[in-house]
Amino acid sequence: MSVPPGTDGGGTTTLVVRVENKAGVLARVAGLFARRGFNIESLAVAPTEDERFSRLTIVVGVDAAPMEQVVKQLDKLVNVVEIRELNPAASVERELMMVTVRADPAIRGQILDLVRVFQATVLNVGYDEIMVSLTGSPSRVDDFEDLLRPYGIVDVQRTGKVALPKLVKTAPDPLAP
Amino acid sequence: MNMNGGQALMKALEDEGVDILFGLPGGAILPVYDPLIDSSIRHVLVRHEQGAGHMAEGYAHATGRPGVAMVTSGPAATNIVTPLCDAYMDSIPMVVVTGQVPYAAIGTDAFQECDTTGITMSVTKHNYLVTEAADIPQVIHDAFHIATTGRPGPVLVDIPKDIVDPNNPRSAMEWYTPDSHDLPGYHPNRAGDSELIRQAAKLICEAERPVIYSGGGILKARAAEALLELAELTGIPVVTTLMNRGGFPDDHPLCLGMPGMHGNYTAVTAMQEADLLIALGARFDDRVTGKVAGFAPLAKIIHVDIDSAELGKVRRPDVAIQGDCRLVIEDLVKALGELGGNESQPDRNRWRSRISGWQERFPLTYEQSKDDELLKPQYVLEQLRDATPDDTIVASGVGQHQMWTSQYWKFNHPYTWVNSGGLGTMGFAIPAAIGAKAGRPDRMVWAVDGDGCFQMTAQELVTAATEGFPIKVALINNAYLGMVRQWQEMFYEERYSEVYLTRDVPDYKMWAEALGCVGLRVESPEEVGPAIAQANEINDQPVVVEFRCEAGENVFPMVPAGMSNSDVVVDPSQQDRPR
Ligand SMILES: Cc1ncc(C[n+]2csc(CCOP(=O)(O)OP(=O)(O)O)c2C)c(N)n1
Ligand SMILES: [Mg+2]
Repeated sequence: MSVPPGTDGGGTTTLVVRVENKAGVLARVAGLFARRGFNIESLAVAPTEDERFSRLTIVVGVDAAPMEQVVKQLDKLVNVVEIRELNPAASVERELMMVTVRADPAIRGQILDLVRVFQATVLNVGYDEIMVSLTGSPSRVDDFEDLLRPYGIVDVQRTGKVALPKLVKTAPDPLAP
Repeated sequence: MNMNGGQALMKALEDEGVDILFGLPGGAILPVYDPLIDSSIRHVLVRHEQGAGHMAEGYAHATGRPGVAMVTSGPAATNIVTPLCDAYMDSIPMVVVTGQVPYAAIGTDAFQECDTTGITMSVTKHNYLVTEAADIPQVIHDAFHIATTGRPGPVLVDIPKDIVDPNNPRSAMEWYTPDSHDLPGYHPNRAGDSELIRQAAKLICEAERPVIYSGGGILKARAAEALLELAELTGIPVVTTLMNRGGFPDDHPLCLGMPGMHGNYTAVTAMQEADLLIALGARFDDRVTGKVAGFAPLAKIIHVDIDSAELGKVRRPDVAIQGDCRLVIEDLVKALGELGGNESQPDRNRWRSRISGWQERFPLTYEQSKDDELLKPQYVLEQLRDATPDDTIVASGVGQHQMWTSQYWKFNHPYTWVNSGGLGTMGFAIPAAIGAKAGRPDRMVWAVDGDGCFQMTAQELVTAATEGFPIKVALINNAYLGMVRQWQEMFYEERYSEVYLTRDVPDYKMWAEALGCVGLRVESPEEVGPAIAQANEINDQPVVVEFRCEAGENVFPMVPAGMSNSDVVVDPSQQDRPR
């Protein structure tokens, strides 16, 4: 089966949506998803280089609805300026996780080993817990979380992913017309 | 020029060409009702805000221009939600201005505060909460642009009291005339892709059993003439959906009438048997398709719509063309001309004769009432149709009477049929007829209403009487919520649950008179013609004619919900005929 653009094969699609930076726009987007029965897996909102606009990175469950309908209905919102479907293979994705794990002094060393291997950061240490953060591709963040789970995750907070398209690797041929 | 926000709002509406406003004042919108006195815009004082919304819709239906309503905050705003949703479903251009509590009070549960933009977000094409008086000219200019371009629809503008109240410094502003739109995300596309149009033309030339499936987009795009040209050039028969009655003349030999749940047998069956459907401004609504998997199983699809989200939403088209129906049809006619015009069309005599065979075997039919019976609603509608001018505007409620009107009327002119299709809003007829009359005072306007529907919005007849809109109402009194009764008869083993309205309460004749109308009552077939003639003569007052009709009459043909259109149930008298 061929994988449609923006799909990672795991049942989700990433949409990068430029919207007008106005009150209520997020409610319009969220309301549209609810009304049309589309499912949001994660959502990140941030200002852009141009203050008139914000950027939403929306990860959508593709089983929920045909992606084409999601995009076309979203595009009809008057405040939506541009929608890009990001193919994971052609984009760079990042996500931030903060996690508090049980860490009795006896096993704290094992956790710190993982922190070192993943180049994660220790944020805070308690007498039997430790808080760390990791920024990375969503799958790397998944791996780290999986490896920490057996120790006992007390609290975990993930931002949802953000993404930008990969850059062109070959310079244009200077001799081309 | 220095102004306050209320004056700016009136000026902005005048500049958009608004000539009439339907509304009812209250606390939050009060300051705007003062400059209204000095405005050139006529205001029609309604008796319920739902009436204002449906009047604005009726006006838009009949004229193609946006209807405008203005109401206060809170309960008035919620009262107009139904018309907004109705206009959203049927793509009616409409602008609704609502009052709101002062900006600083928003979010405090102030008196008559409600989250109007939040509530109406999913039933408007777009809405605004205006926060500064200085934004009013631009927002109104943008609101009309959004309501009337692309796929038309309702736009709501919510205006906090402080920015229009001359006693509040926040209302002070400098007038400017907006010369452009501030809409970076809104670019309605009009022309269709020429390569796709060529592909569509080729498919048309190859089709042996094509049908044009024309929808409400024809009327929205003012494409009725273009459609006629396309049909006549190719000789392809046309079905007109409930939203496009009048968009192609019923008297035309190529017209097959209405398809769908209560469509003509021929329209339904021709689509089922077609090898090509040319869908123009239609959206494959479930009332048209029946069970989607069984709909037009042999047909390739050309789908033209201004809204790209409709293309492929229900049925995957073979050629999908986004664009304005009129422009696309005109280009299609040109493309067909390049392929040889009429000469390029294959011989479709066999298809034509199959169609005329269905028309002969399965015409619309009913039995005239026997001596001891009340009227047959179909008979009333035939008489009304034949006794009124050809360009009469007909508005209808929702139910059996609506389906009979659509079936039995002969619509030969665009913009003569005003009805609630997508939402199916009972109570639509009377206020919508008033709005239509306001927009087309030169035309005779009849509302065909059910007894159930009538009781939902009859109070607007007071508006009609006092504001001088002499509409006429044909009240089909069958003593029941008839359409629901029909379903209970057919699908719930005649177990009737809460559908009997009573025959004599209210006394419709007395009620009509109390509302400021002439009231007439008709019980026997001989009285029908004279009563209609009498009503047609009255031009200085609204008239209500109560037609006392048989309760047990059912609408046929019928495709039961969830069934395939191939299983269409015909009138009992036609059941044994060969299909
Ligand atoms: C506001 C609203 N409530 C309920 C319905 C469901 N409904 C559809 S048709 C109908 C019966 C309408 O009765 P009436 O106006 O007497 O028309 P009839 O079918 O008898 O011609 C009802 C209740 C509706 N369409 N709209
Ligand atoms: Mg009834």
